[in-house]
Amino acid sequence: MTRYIVHRLLQGVVLLCMVAMIVFFLGRLTGNPVDLMLPEDATAEDRVAMIKALGLDGPLYQQFFIFVGKALHGDLGDSIRMREPAVDAFFSRLPNTLALIPWAILLAMGVGIPLGVLASLNRGNMIDRIAGIFAVLGIAIPGFFLGILLIFVFSVQLGWLPSGRMGGPEHYVLPVITLGAFLIAGFMRLVRSSMLEVMDSEYVKLARIKGLSEFVVIWKHCLRNALIPVLTLWGVFVGNLITGAIITETVFAWPGIGRLTYEAVIYRDFPLLQAVIILKSMLILSINLAVDILYAYVDPRIRLA
Amino acid sequence: MRRAPWIPICIISTMIVMAVFAPLLAPWSPIDQTLPDKLLPPFWLDGGSTKYLLGTDAFGRDILSRLIYGARVSLIVAVLALTAGGGAGLVIGIVAGYLGGAVDNLLMRLVDAAFTFPAILFALLLAVTMGQGLSTLIIAISLLLWASFARVIRGEVLALKQRDFVALAQVRGCSSPRIMLTHILPNVLNTFMVLVTLNIGVVVIAEASLSFLGAGIPPPTPTWGLMISEGRGRIADAWWVSIIPGIAITLLVLSVNLFGDWLRDRMDPRLRQL
Amino acid sequence: MSDETVLEVRDLHTHFFLRRGVVKAVDGVSFSVRRGEVLGLVGESGCGKSMTALSVMRLLPRGGARTVSGQVLLNGADLLTKSPREMRDIRGQTISMILQDPQTSLNPVFTIGDQLREAIVRRTGGNRSDVMREAVAALRHVDIAAPEQRIGQYPHQLSGGMKQRVVGAIAMSGHPEMLIADEPTTALDVTIQLQYLKLLKRLQRETGMAILFITHDFGVVARMCDRVAVMYAGRIVECGPVREVFEHPSHPYTQALIASVPKMTGTVERLYTIEGQPPSLMDLPVGCRFAPRCPHADERCLDTYPDSFLAGPGHTADCWRLA
Repeated sequence: MTRYIVHRLLQGVVLLCMVAMIVFFLGRLTGNPVDLMLPEDATAEDRVAMIKALGLDGPLYQQFFIFVGKALHGDLGDSIRMREPAVDAFFSRLPNTLALIPWAILLAMGVGIPLGVLASLNRGNMIDRIAGIFAVLGIAIPGFFLGILLIFVFSVQLGWLPSGRMGGPEHYVLPVITLGAFLIAGFMRLVRSSMLEVMDSEYVKLARIKGLSEFVVIWKHCLRNALIPVLTLWGVFVGNLITGAIITETVFAWPGIGRLTYEAVIYRDFPLLQAVIILKSMLILSINLAVDILYAYVDPRIRLA
Repeated sequence: MRRAPWIPICIISTMIVMAVFAPLLAPWSPIDQTLPDKLLPPFWLDGGSTKYLLGTDAFGRDILSRLIYGARVSLIVAVLALTAGGGAGLVIGIVAGYLGGAVDNLLMRLVDAAFTFPAILFALLLAVTMGQGLSTLIIAISLLLWASFARVIRGEVLALKQRDFVALAQVRGCSSPRIMLTHILPNVLNTFMVLVTLNIGVVVIAEASLSFLGAGIPPPTPTWGLMISEGRGRIADAWWVSIIPGIAITLLVLSVNLFGDWLRDRMDPRLRQL
Repeated sequence: MSDETVLEVRDLHTHFFLRRGVVKAVDGVSFSVRRGEVLGLVGESGCGKSMTALSVMRLLPRGGARTVSGQVLLNGADLLTKSPREMRDIRGQTISMILQDPQTSLNPVFTIGDQLREAIVRRTGGNRSDVMREAVAALRHVDIAAPEQRIGQYPHQLSGGMKQRVVGAIAMSGHPEMLIADEPTTALDVTIQLQYLKLLKRLQRETGMAILFITHDFGVVARMCDRVAVMYAGRIVECGPVREVFEHPSHPYTQALIASVPKMTGTVERLYTIEGQPPSLMDLPVGCRFAPRCPHADERCLDTYPDSFLAGPGHTADCWRLA
């Protein structure tokens, strides 16, 4: 088990290095990174100072080592617009996103998994079809449009819920639905298809031969196995959440790291964007590692291998 | 056998006709501003007129005309991105699957990595470093596509490799590139076409999302994502500016997905997992 | 051995309703098993043996399989008229079943102890330590060494033979009067097969339960069973005491099957094979189902399905030649 975790950890470090390299080279792809990194009103002295600090007069590999060295010390450059270290900007916004994501996951699991199980139990009849329509719609509606649609219906027309910004619990409803919607559809489809597969298995037959109640057969013997594919695809879901957070936070003016990403793009704040991408990659890798450990817990074949 | 999904096929055909014949169909210019006519509602609402069937936006531009030209942008982006990204995935999948060994190992590691990190992040980065534009957008969306193509095609190739005609070609002394081109490629084209269809929706949503985030094709070119984004602030008094293009996107994606599902079942039921 | 009947199946019909047509997997099967008796059910794969077993358990696969008529009398009560709830109380307690493939019949995500306890709790209700003790005893009973350790392990940590013994322990934990064993040794190594058969035989003697032993192997029938029923294309064509059937096989299909068993006499003989294919269960012949392949078939065989005729003491066969 420890070996497994160490292995995954090393893999994560390698991936992170790759991300750093891509970010680094993309920054230098278009000529002079100084233009990307300094505000437009920067003086000639600023430029010289930056060239010196980043070693831009040296060869490329040297520049890369300087970049990595600074990164290891938690220095990913200063945001042009906010004039503060990009890392600080990221971490001051992170809690707001983390306040949103668990609810979205909870919503997606709480709705998607039971809906998938229900659809599989009612294969081919009305319930299955209705669930299927929801899933297809959930995938077809772009997240940002769903957010705008929700604002239009629940804030503008009905006036029930606020249309954005952080605040009390009522401020969470629409962003959480928007962020969770895509996952709900994904969970539902996946759980349905893997439940159908598991329900035909011999061990489920044996559970019935034992005379177990249908409730125990479905929710214990079937679901636990049906959830394994959901966990293996978790990496993709985490990616969806991070992307989804950019869009959701932009639509609802939610001051998290997603909105920060959007701001970095529209204000062409390269140092900030570079930091955000590297830090988000770290976030994704840590969540994936946590899920891998959970996965090993659910599936003993991995845990004990 | 399921019946052909006629309603989706009609919707897709309409969109394609709109895209191809945009200059003939659009009643107004999609770009020229007519400020006195700004924010007029669609014709069925109070204050709307048949002059602008679907109303106008904040610059007095005709929504219908922008919608028609927007279909053209979506179509161009879809064709180019699926050719570039899907093609790259096709080549990588064939090479990895056929050669196997270390090459396969390395390429599949890359595929796994691509699945872990959301391509949208790199697309945003590209937009900032390279600047917005069609080519940036195509590269960005290709980054999003190649890995899933490569993974599925590789699986197909692994199965094909076991077949007799490949062994026969090897025995005859055909070179690897030749076998890949003449024996493997034609046999994965069916799967490739199904993948292309199933990914049209992905491309359309990605294009719209990037436009919405300010990393797509720059204004004033009308794209559906941009239209939604521009109308967002006026949702309270002029909902049609963003809701109408939103419905267009949803309808198109829904249609291509339903059509893709049908095509997949028809061409190859084994692909059900996709 | 008493003459009391535990399980009696009367004119059972189980069909698959598919879009392409109706597959008559079980089409008029009747047999009975007496208390403490082992009845072998032999036939080629696809002749409806497993579907007969699953019909009795009322665990047919989803998707179009249905028992359309017949009776399944367990101690005189018809299982086909029981509610799902009543059926659950009967399964595992009065009638139980061992599945074919031990690799897939245990749930990979629960320990074998968990899976065994679930079955034991149903019978005893009992407290934790009692159940635990019984689970250990049940494993020891099926010859598993160091059961205290095994109980905390997962299926993938056990060998195939061991898994199948655990499956046996689970199936028998409710002390059933009737056990259906559906080719329990087919998926095991040859050396393990014999061990498992011996174990099953021993447990059967100790508990006095009746077994319906499904197999395609006449050698196993000779070793395990008191009586044998031969199944062909959804029907039982011959039934009788094992010795009697072996010595006087009366249905041409049984004769062919017995002739095709390799004999261990040292002389190399040509293996006897049956010409042709069994009929499609979707499109069965009107007369005797074996007639198209039978060397003795005449007009009558092609026109009408034969009645069951007495072929010896307690021995019947469905063949016009006995009329």
